[in-house]
Amino acid sequence: MYENLNDNCTDAGIKAEGLGKRFGDFTALEDLDLVVPKGSVLGLLGHNGAGKTTTIRILTTLSVPSTGSATVAGYDVVKQGGEVRKRIGVAGQSATVDGLLTGRANLEMVGRLYGMSKREAAERADELLTRLGLTDAADKLVKEYSGGMRRRADLAATLVSTPPVLFLDEPTTGLDPASRNDLWDVLREQVSEGVTLLLTTQYLEEADRLADEIVVLDHGKVAAAGSPDQLKQRVGGDRIEITLADPADAGPAAEALAGFAENEVHSDPAASLVTAPVRAGTRLVEVVRSLDAAGIDVTDVHRRDATLDDVFLSITSAPKVEVHS
Amino acid sequence: MSETLILARRNLEHVRQIPEKLIDVTLQPLMFVLLFAFVFGGVIAVPNGDYKEYLIGGILVQTLAFGLMGPGVAIATDLGEGMIDRLRSLPIRRSSYLTGHILAEFAATILAIVVLSGAGLLVGWGIESSVPEAIGAYALLGLFAFAMIWLGTLIGTVARSTDVVTGIAFMTVFPLTFVSNAFVPTDSLPDGLRQVAEWNPISCVVAAVRELFGNPTAVPHDAAWPLQHPVVASIGWCVLILVVVVPMTVRAFNRRTTD
Repeated sequence: MYENLNDNCTDAGIKAEGLGKRFGDFTALEDLDLVVPKGSVLGLLGHNGAGKTTTIRILTTLSVPSTGSATVAGYDVVKQGGEVRKRIGVAGQSATVDGLLTGRANLEMVGRLYGMSKREAAERADELLTRLGLTDAADKLVKEYSGGMRRRADLAATLVSTPPVLFLDEPTTGLDPASRNDLWDVLREQVSEGVTLLLTTQYLEEADRLADEIVVLDHGKVAAAGSPDQLKQRVGGDRIEITLADPADAGPAAEALAGFAENEVHSDPAASLVTAPVRAGTRLVEVVRSLDAAGIDVTDVHRRDATLDDVFLSITSAPKVEVHS
Repeated sequence: MSETLILARRNLEHVRQIPEKLIDVTLQPLMFVLLFAFVFGGVIAVPNGDYKEYLIGGILVQTLAFGLMGPGVAIATDLGEGMIDRLRSLPIRRSSYLTGHILAEFAATILAIVVLSGAGLLVGWGIESSVPEAIGAYALLGLFAFAMIWLGTLIGTVARSTDVVTGIAFMTVFPLTFVSNAFVPTDSLPDGLRQVAEWNPISCVVAAVRELFGNPTAVPHDAAWPLQHPVVASIGWCVLILVVVVPMTVRAFNRRTTD
């Protein structure tokens, strides 16, 4: 069981070509190409139903693709599922630890299923409980864990066999910012040890912080792909969002904001909202002054991070240029 | 095989955490024993025998029939959560989840049979046959339990929630065990109902168990064929259920977990 699983594969990352999945008439995923080199991180970014989970299920051999092919750690996910399963760790979106077992018992069971002896499994469980800060809760039932602890237990179970390729489906959804940061740290540590990671997320920020490459999925299709920098360049940085007292001011307001924007300004008169991706270093007070000078009455002005919606907005409004190399 | 044992242990560990899970195979049948032995038993006449000797075979089979609920709820729960995905992404044989599940449920069934046999002995039931026949009775109970566990697993795999499983179990098992010879001899039933009871598979398993234990069977001499040849008919029923249900379960399980 304990042969070095990294050695026998010259190409240890993830590759997919023309991957697709249909459920009856519904196309969940269409023509997905991916290359994730060994030791790098791919972020799959998209809303619910974009095809993220479908992709993970296919790559982790839980689901059979309708079209295309994929290899993980050098093995075909359809024809060599057993070999793939020896080399991957998977944390699904719903809890994949047993609520009626203790955290420790969960990890020991997974270890035993990987063929470890009782002692090896117990030692590995201890090690992971310590590493993920679950020592105090080790002997409590998982159903009594908080959301953040459960996620960490999930991740611990995923790491039991020290797999060279990790798949995490929305690992931080529902976590508070502190737990999220902790989890990111653990993931970075894994990657620095040479692990290949594919994670899905709905948060642009998360993909930006962790991923070397980002693929944006929309309704089962690739909407954009590239490095976080390429994507951000296209999307722009922070947003300034103003709410107008009078929707009729949308035009002049957009003109006033254009001076600060590094990309196209979007106005949504129906919601009395104008949004601009602003250049770095823009001061809110300057924005307010120029709006005031133009005689525009606003009820709210605020600055926020770019979101997945901004990504889609910039993709759909900008001319179709493929960012990806 | 060791994977199966590790996974069976997981289910047994659930019982250790939540002992109430065993109520349906321990306290509930005991309640039926007391209820029928001492409350209704006085007014039910069994030709050539004592009602308590008659009763235990019926309650054993009824308990095992209700035993389809446990495996159904267990698998529906696992399918509703992500646990099965975790297990299926591990390098283990994909059949080991199902075999571990069946094994653990079978262990619970053995507990039920032991508890009920003990309770029976206390209220005046006994094994009046030879050792091989008694072994045959327990083997038949095991076979029937096995069929019911698979049936429950099928229901749990197809159902979308645990409530559906308990609903289906009550709606089918209650009428099947009460319109049978489990608690009353069939010749006490009105025409129509009597024929249903005599062709009911539960009845022939109950009659077979009584016959093998040497207990009074109270089978009327004009009873339907399965009741006249209960052992053969019971084995036939169990094998038929298994032949139909096992492949259906495996297919349904694979379908629900591969997409």
